[in-house]
Amino acid sequence: MSFSLGLPWVSNGRTTVSGLISKVIPFSCVDGPGNRFVIFLQGCNFNCKNCHNPQTINFCNHCGDCVEQCPSEALSLNDGKISWNSRQCESCDQCLDICPVNSSPMVEEKTVEELLQQIRVASPFIDGITLSGGEATVQLKFVKAFFTAVKNDSALNHLTCLIDSNGYLPLSAWKSVLPVMDGAMIDLKAMDADLHKWLTGRDNFRVFQTIEYLASVSKLIEVRLLIIPNINDTAEEKMAVKDYLSSLNTNINIKVNAFSNKAVKGEAIDWLSLSEEKKALYLQSINR
Amino acid sequence: MSYQQALRQIVNDSRLNTQQKARYLSLQAESMLDCPRWSEGAQELLDSGVVCDMFEGNAPFKPRYVMPDYEKALKKGSDYLELEAPEDLDEAINFLLILFNHVPSVTGMPVFVGRLDKLLMPFVNDGISDDQLKKKIKLMWQMIDRTLPDAFLHANIGPEDNRVARAILSVDGELEQVVPNLTLRYDPEITSDGLLNQAIENISKTNKPHIANEALNVADFKALGDYQGYGIASCYNCLPLAGGAHTLVRMNLLKAAQQSEGSEQDFLERVIPEISEKMYEIIQARVNYLVNDSGFYKESFLVRERFIDPNRFTAMFGVFGMAEAVNHLLGVEAEKGYGHTIEAKEFAIRITEKLAAIVESTKLENCWHSRALFHSQSGISIDAATSAGCRIPYGVEPSTLEHILTVIPHHRHFTAGVSDIFPIDETIKNNPQALATICKGAIAQGLRMFTVNVANNDLVRVTGYMVRRSDIKKHKEEGSRINSTVFGAEAAENCGILDRKSRVISNEFQPWVAMGE
Repeated sequence: MSFSLGLPWVSNGRTTVSGLISKVIPFSCVDGPGNRFVIFLQGCNFNCKNCHNPQTINFCNHCGDCVEQCPSEALSLNDGKISWNSRQCESCDQCLDICPVNSSPMVEEKTVEELLQQIRVASPFIDGITLSGGEATVQLKFVKAFFTAVKNDSALNHLTCLIDSNGYLPLSAWKSVLPVMDGAMIDLKAMDADLHKWLTGRDNFRVFQTIEYLASVSKLIEVRLLIIPNINDTAEEKMAVKDYLSSLNTNINIKVNAFSNKAVKGEAIDWLSLSEEKKALYLQSINR
Repeated sequence: MSYQQALRQIVNDSRLNTQQKARYLSLQAESMLDCPRWSEGAQELLDSGVVCDMFEGNAPFKPRYVMPDYEKALKKGSDYLELEAPEDLDEAINFLLILFNHVPSVTGMPVFVGRLDKLLMPFVNDGISDDQLKKKIKLMWQMIDRTLPDAFLHANIGPEDNRVARAILSVDGELEQVVPNLTLRYDPEITSDGLLNQAIENISKTNKPHIANEALNVADFKALGDYQGYGIASCYNCLPLAGGAHTLVRMNLLKAAQQSEGSEQDFLERVIPEISEKMYEIIQARVNYLVNDSGFYKESFLVRERFIDPNRFTAMFGVFGMAEAVNHLLGVEAEKGYGHTIEAKEFAIRITEKLAAIVESTKLENCWHSRALFHSQSGISIDAATSAGCRIPYGVEPSTLEHILTVIPHHRHFTAGVSDIFPIDETIKNNPQALATICKGAIAQGLRMFTVNVANNDLVRVTGYMVRRSDIKKHKEEGSRINSTVFGAEAAENCGILDRKSRVISNEFQPWVAMGE
């Protein structure tokens, strides 16, 4: 894997923590229960072949390859750093196609307080906040600071704070965020360890640990399965998923997402998309 | 086209059924009457489309919207209809179905069929099971849809949670009929979450019902005085119960803006007052004709039997095309205008406030409280270049959050109703709680009406009323049993509504000529 954890944290010496944010959407009905404000954090510790948002995997290395290709001149390279002018940007996303390292020049550094200001506007209309990615827990320090700030804000602390995660975070780290996190949605990419490693670049031992731990402390909101035809929908995988989910012995929500070969890169372009009918059949077959 | 040609084309149009032909012939005949009762200046505004008279006809012989006190009728019975006051649920439903057929409006059919749960609950007892109740409501729903096929016909339920309201939502969600249009009057202090959630489930499937801000509407109508309740009719009008609206005339804010020198000062202080003054001439002339000449209020049994009171009829001062007016005056493209900048948002609010002040202070004879009520008009099928009311134009809508925040400050001014329809992605179907949260939040923040179109449902909202996508497709070849489908079809063509996000534009009646083009 090409990326390292050299995160550019900014601190003014007090409590200001900022995160690298790839996107913010004020309303989402697909990122947890109810209507949610979703913050997508940049950076991921998996390198999935089937990633739908590969531009969120790595941090920008400021190579500048995207600058000249930007048709609306929204990108520039100053003192070795990429800067992005959001007003000038016409959202053509050409820079994402060009980027040689699966990153994006449009990632913005935002402080906790800047994000809280946006959330205050949306708060009458939402049930909670979801931190997604990339992999949100890669920026765990920011996640904790952000959720703590939400919980300490009397106008916002009715909002539930959820994380959408690949489950790779170690247990000790989950324990540290638990006091300010209401729950998590965890992806389970494959049951077979080798298949998981082939698909994501990492093994799945910690993912199981995460799922079991969060379930044991009633913080597992949902397990998500991204089903790719002929790859992780084999009879063995299906049986293993069904047995595993049954063993959890709780009423957690299971969500099946269909793989689509649109918006992926590399070999996954040639993989089959999962149809709605097949998705329904899959869900039926693992029904506990 | 000569009158002869126009009439003959209606007669020979194979897409129209017999009743529809008769209806269009009568509209055409009425439009042939020449009754200029206003100044040349006012006529110029009508001719140039700055002011639109909604094709109500030149000699109105019935009010635009009639809001009978059905509760009184159920208690008293009707001499004219030779019906005793009903004593059980079957009789009550039968009584109402008969009465509906005698309530006129601009469409020739009733646009308000009452607060049905409130009307029927006194006749529901433990002897009637839920299944029996549903069956009776289902038959009633089929009868209304098949005998009064006009999507402007509007039923109200709520805010109380009761068996009839539940049965209506259940039947309405199951039948997916265009008619009747339906509103749940929602008050968080009164309405149960269970009832709201049932309505939200229906919306995610059928885009019905609307959710109305009951507390805001009640407060506004009480503040006006002489409160006897209000009702929600057609698309989308809040009007005094036991009365209604004589007429609706609307101002095309874009065309008004084009008459301005371009400055905000000129538009607000010269153009709007000048156009409003002429618009009031037209409103007053129509009201006077209806009250003094054509005689509806003297001969109707609804008046004689006191189901309506002629003194409780208002006139509606409507506006539309706010977004285009603001963008024109600020000289910006739609993508960078109203709905996208604070400057445009605040300018729009100043326009609405100016108009609201004019409506509040201008006197009108023969109208409830001697004034008009302000209405955000939801558009008609020929509005190709303008957006409904205060809506953000199709295709350039910001996020739903920004959309709601942009329109909320306007809503409190539109006592006589507003319908801003929010397009919602169909993924909401798997998470109706999200829709309920948005709805509750919006109403708590002062939205008067919460209406959504969920992408790809067959039933689609066209400003306030519904059409079926499948009917629009069929209409061109075969015509439609439902009168209003033609407007949906026309809106789809003129405004490209079905190609865009998830919402359509709206319409009410107009002469046949425009429809044939």
